[in-house]
Amino acid sequence: MKLIFEKSVSGRRCTILPACDVAPVSLPASLRRETKPALPEMSETDISRHYTELCKQVHGVNCGFYPLGSCTMKYNPRIDEEMAALPGFTGVHPLSPAEDRRGMQQVLDTAAQYLCEITGMDGMTFQPAAGAHGEFTGVLLIKQYHDARGDKKRTKIIVPDSAHGTNPATAAMCGYDVVNIASGEDGCVDLDALRAVLGEDTAGLMLTNPNTVGIFDKNILEITRLVHEAGGLCYYDGANLNAVMGVVRPGDMGFDCIHMNLHKTFATPHGGGGPGAGAVGCKAFLKEYLPHSALAEEPGHVQVRSFQGNFLVVVRALAYLLALGREGIPEAAENAVLNANYLMAKLRGMYTPAYDRLCMHEFVLDLSGLKKETGVSALDVAKSLIDEGIHPPTMYFPLIVHEALMLEPTETEGIETLDHAAEVLRKLYHKAFEDAESMHTAPHNMPIGRPDEVQAARKPVLRWRNA
Amino acid sequence: MGSYVPSTGAQREEMLRAVGVSSTRDLFRDVPEQMLLTEPLRIPEGMSELEVSRAMTAMAAENRVYGTVLRGAGAYDHYIPSIVKYIPAKEEFLTAYTPYQAEMSQGLLQSIFEYQTMICELTGMDVSNASVYDGATAAAEAAAMCRDRKRRVTLISGAAHPDTINTVRTYCYGTGDELRVVPVKDGKTDMDALRKLLTADVASFYVQQPNFFGQLEDAEALGALTHEAGALYIMGCNPIALAIMKTPRDCGADIAVGEGQPLGLPMGCGGPYLGYMAATDKLMRKLPGRIVGETTDAQGRRAYVLSLQAREQHIRREKASSNICSNEALCALTAGLYMAAMGPDGMAQAAEQSMAKAHYLAGALCAIDGVELAYDGAYFHEFVTHMPRREEVLSALAEGDILGGLPIGEDGVLWCATEKASRAQLDKAVSIVKEVLAK
Amino acid sequence: MLYPVELQYSKSHEWVKAEDGVTVVGISDFAQNALGDVVFVNLPAEGDSVTAGDAFGDVESVKAVSDLVSPVTGTVCAVNEELLDAPEKLNSDPYGAWLIKVENVEGSEELLDAAAYEAFCTEEG
Repeated sequence: MKLIFEKSVSGRRCTILPACDVAPVSLPASLRRETKPALPEMSETDISRHYTELCKQVHGVNCGFYPLGSCTMKYNPRIDEEMAALPGFTGVHPLSPAEDRRGMQQVLDTAAQYLCEITGMDGMTFQPAAGAHGEFTGVLLIKQYHDARGDKKRTKIIVPDSAHGTNPATAAMCGYDVVNIASGEDGCVDLDALRAVLGEDTAGLMLTNPNTVGIFDKNILEITRLVHEAGGLCYYDGANLNAVMGVVRPGDMGFDCIHMNLHKTFATPHGGGGPGAGAVGCKAFLKEYLPHSALAEEPGHVQVRSFQGNFLVVVRALAYLLALGREGIPEAAENAVLNANYLMAKLRGMYTPAYDRLCMHEFVLDLSGLKKETGVSALDVAKSLIDEGIHPPTMYFPLIVHEALMLEPTETEGIETLDHAAEVLRKLYHKAFEDAESMHTAPHNMPIGRPDEVQAARKPVLRWRNA
Repeated sequence: MGSYVPSTGAQREEMLRAVGVSSTRDLFRDVPEQMLLTEPLRIPEGMSELEVSRAMTAMAAENRVYGTVLRGAGAYDHYIPSIVKYIPAKEEFLTAYTPYQAEMSQGLLQSIFEYQTMICELTGMDVSNASVYDGATAAAEAAAMCRDRKRRVTLISGAAHPDTINTVRTYCYGTGDELRVVPVKDGKTDMDALRKLLTADVASFYVQQPNFFGQLEDAEALGALTHEAGALYIMGCNPIALAIMKTPRDCGADIAVGEGQPLGLPMGCGGPYLGYMAATDKLMRKLPGRIVGETTDAQGRRAYVLSLQAREQHIRREKASSNICSNEALCALTAGLYMAAMGPDGMAQAAEQSMAKAHYLAGALCAIDGVELAYDGAYFHEFVTHMPRREEVLSALAEGDILGGLPIGEDGVLWCATEKASRAQLDKAVSIVKEVLAK
Repeated sequence: MLYPVELQYSKSHEWVKAEDGVTVVGISDFAQNALGDVVFVNLPAEGDSVTAGDAFGDVESVKAVSDLVSPVTGTVCAVNEELLDAPEKLNSDPYGAWLIKVENVEGSEELLDAAAYEAFCTEEG
C-alpha cells in the first residue's frame, strides 16, 4: 500500500478555511520557518480512500474474535461513542468557569462514586491517562504517604515475577528498588518468599488479583496483612478487574490503592493503542495525596497530566456503567469467567493449561510440549490464527510460563465464537503434527508475512523520506 | 439491564456443564467466602440504551458551550474539518489494540509511521515516537530522557504552562531528582537567570514556545546558552504555530515535544489529548513509548512493525526509563488526518489567521481606556492584557455567548484567538468590553 | 562454539584479554549465540569507571535485553564505536568485536581459562 506521502500531489488541497477577514500579521523574521513542512497535499476523496484502505488492514473487535490475554478486548458499545461525541462534552474548554462545567463535574463525580463502590475505595482521580500512568499515580500515593510520615527508610517495592512489566518499571519511576519474588508452583504469591523480603525497608507491594496466570490468589488476605504488618502499603493493579467486579472488591482484599483500565474493564475502545484512562482509587487516608491540576483545580498537589485527564474516555465508561448497573456488573464478570473456563475445557486434551484447574477470566496455555514434539512454537500457532481471522492471544507472557499463550475471551463473546475458536485451535494442533513447516512461515493470506524485526531494529527507518 | 452478554440462559447451562460446575458462583471458589459480596452494589439498576442516552445527554446539557471561545491556555478551539471527525470513528481504528501483531495491523502501523513522519516534518527533528499522553507528560518524559548519572537536575522555564511545570515536578519527585524553575522577566524566560542556573549538574532546560503568556521566546539564544553549559535543550512548541514558526531543530533543540490537541482534537473538557515527542537521531534509542519502523517481510514486501521494543517496559522492566505502554494512538491518527486535510498551506493558513485575529483583538481591546498589553514582546495567538473590572467584563462576555480570556494574576487576562473567530465575533467581544468599562 | 585459548572468560560470558597494557573486554561466542541477533549495544563512555561484577552496558536483541557485566574494575579508555552502527559484528565475529578497553585495572572477577569455560558452558547448556 502506498504511503500518504506517495499519493500527495503538489498544489492539491481541501478547502477548509475562508479567506482571512482581518489584516495579516507576520512573525518577526528571526522566528519564521524557512521551508514549508512536507505534509501531504490531498483532496478529500484522496484522504477518504487512503484511510479506508488503511482501515481494511486493521483487525478490530468488530472484525472478529480478539482473545488477547490481559487486555480485555470486550465489545465497545456504539452508544458510548455517541455520548462522548455530544457537543456538550466535546465543545467545553477545560478552564471554563466551574458553573459552565457542571455536567463535566457530574460525570466525574458519578463515575467516581460508582467506581469507588465497585472497588471498595473512598477516593478517585481520573487524571491518569492510561493504566501504566495510573500505576505511577498510585505508587506516588504510597511514596507521599511514607514521606509525609518522615519514613525515609522504605526504599523497596515488592513485585511478583509474574507481574506485568509496567509494575517494576513504575516502581523504578517512583525511585524505588524493585524486589522480585518468585511465584509458587500454583502461580500465586509464595508466602514464604514474601515473608523473607518484607521488612522495615518495604514501601509496598504491587499485585494483580486474579494474577497474570488467571488465578485468584486465595491467600490474598494473608498477603495484604503481612505487608501492612511490615508497614508497607498494598497496590492493586486493576488490569484483571473484569474477572471480579461486582463479586469481590479490592478494598475488601486489603488493598490501599488501585488503578483501573477504563479501556479494558469498562469497555472504552483501545483506539489502536490509546487513549485509555487509568482511574486511580484509594482508601480515605490516602485521599489527600491524589493528583490535581495546578491550573484547573488547585496548586500544591502532585500532578501527572494537564487538566483533569482523558475526560471523554470517562464519559464512555460512565455510559457503560449506567447500562450495566448493579446487576449487569457482576453478570459481566461471571460470564467473562464462564467463557474462559468453557474455552479452556474445550481445549483440554490437546493444549496443556499452564495451571490445570478452574481459572478466572483468562488462562495460560503452555505449548512447550507441542514445541518439543513438533517444533511448532506458541508464535507459530499465534501467527497461524491470523490466517483464520482470529487475533492471536497474548504470547510469551507471563514470563514464568514457557511458550505461553494467554487467552481472554471476555463476556461479550457467545458460545458460537468460542466453539469456532476451539475448532480452529484443534485444527492447528493437528496441523502442527502434519505440516509444521507451513506453520513456521504463517501467516500466508495477509498483506504481509512475518516482518524482519531484526532489520527494523538494527537499521531503523522511522519516517518516510522522498527518495 | 444490559451487560452486552450474548449468552442465553440455556447456553450458560450448557457451558457450565462443559466446565463441570453447577453455577457461575462455583467458578469463584478460590475467593475466600468472607470477602464475596453478599449485597448488590450500591449503584442504580442498569439502563436501556435509550435511558443511557437520556441520562448522559442531560449531563452534557449541564455544560455550557460558547459560540465564541477566546480562551486558550493549553486547550485551543480550532476548526476541525468534518473528515477528521468521521474517520477515527471507524470501528477498526477505534477498537483495535496496540498493533503487536504486525501482519493483521498494517493499516494502523502505517498510519503511525505516517504520523511520525508528519511530526518530523513539522518539528524538523529526525525521529518521532507514536505519541505519549499529552504535552505535559511529553515534557516530563523528555526531561527524564536527558538525565544521566552525572547530570540529574532539570530546569524549566517559569513561563511554561503551570500544569506542565507541575507535571515535570511530579515526575522529578518520583525519581528523587531536582527541578529548578527559571524566573520570568517581562513575560519571557529570564536569560540572565538561566545562565546562572545552568550549572554542571543540569541535564536539560525546557522552554515553551510560544510560552504560557503567548510570548515568543528567543528560542535560539536560549538553546545556545543551554548547549554552552553542556545540557540538552527541550522545546515544547504549539504545533499549529510550527506551520509558520522556526522549527525546534533550527532553534537547536535536542528534543521537541508539545500538546497535539490543536491538531484536530476537540477541547473535550481536557482530554483525551496527545503528546507529541521527537528528537535527534542521537537520542533515538532514549525515546520512550512505541515507535513504528519500516522493514520488509521474507518476500521483500514493505512492512511496518513496532520497533526498538527493547527500550520498553515489557522487556526492560525496572530498567526501562519509562513505564508507558498505552499511548494516544487514535489521537495521533486524528492529528495525522488533520495535517493531511489541512496540508502545508492549510496549516499555515490556520496559523496565520489565528495570529492575525489575536493581533486584531489585542489592537481593538487596547484601544479601550484602561486596557493594555501586559508585555510588549512579539506573540503568536495569545496575549495578556491588564483588565480593569475583570470579573464584570468576563460575565458580560459570557452573557453575550463569549468565553473570554483566562483570568491570571491580579488584573490580567490571557486571551486567545484562533481562525475560528470571525471579525464580527471579535468586534462583538470588543464592544461588550467597551460597554462594561464605559459604565 | 569457539573458545580461543588465548583468552580468559567470566561466568557471565565476557571474555578478557590483556593487550598493550590495557584489558580488552568482549562477549563470548556462547553468549552471542544465546542472545540471538543482536540489534543494539549500549556502551559506557570513555573515562567511565567499571566495577567487576557490575553492569557496564547492555545488549539488545529484538525481544530481550541483557546486561554486560564487567569482569574487571578500572577505567574505560576506549569504546568500540563501530558496534553502534554494526551490532551484528557481535554475532559474526564475537572475538574480533571487542566492547571496551579498560585501564588502571584494580581487580577482577574469577576468570576461567578456555577449557574451564567450555566445561562451564556445557554444563549451563
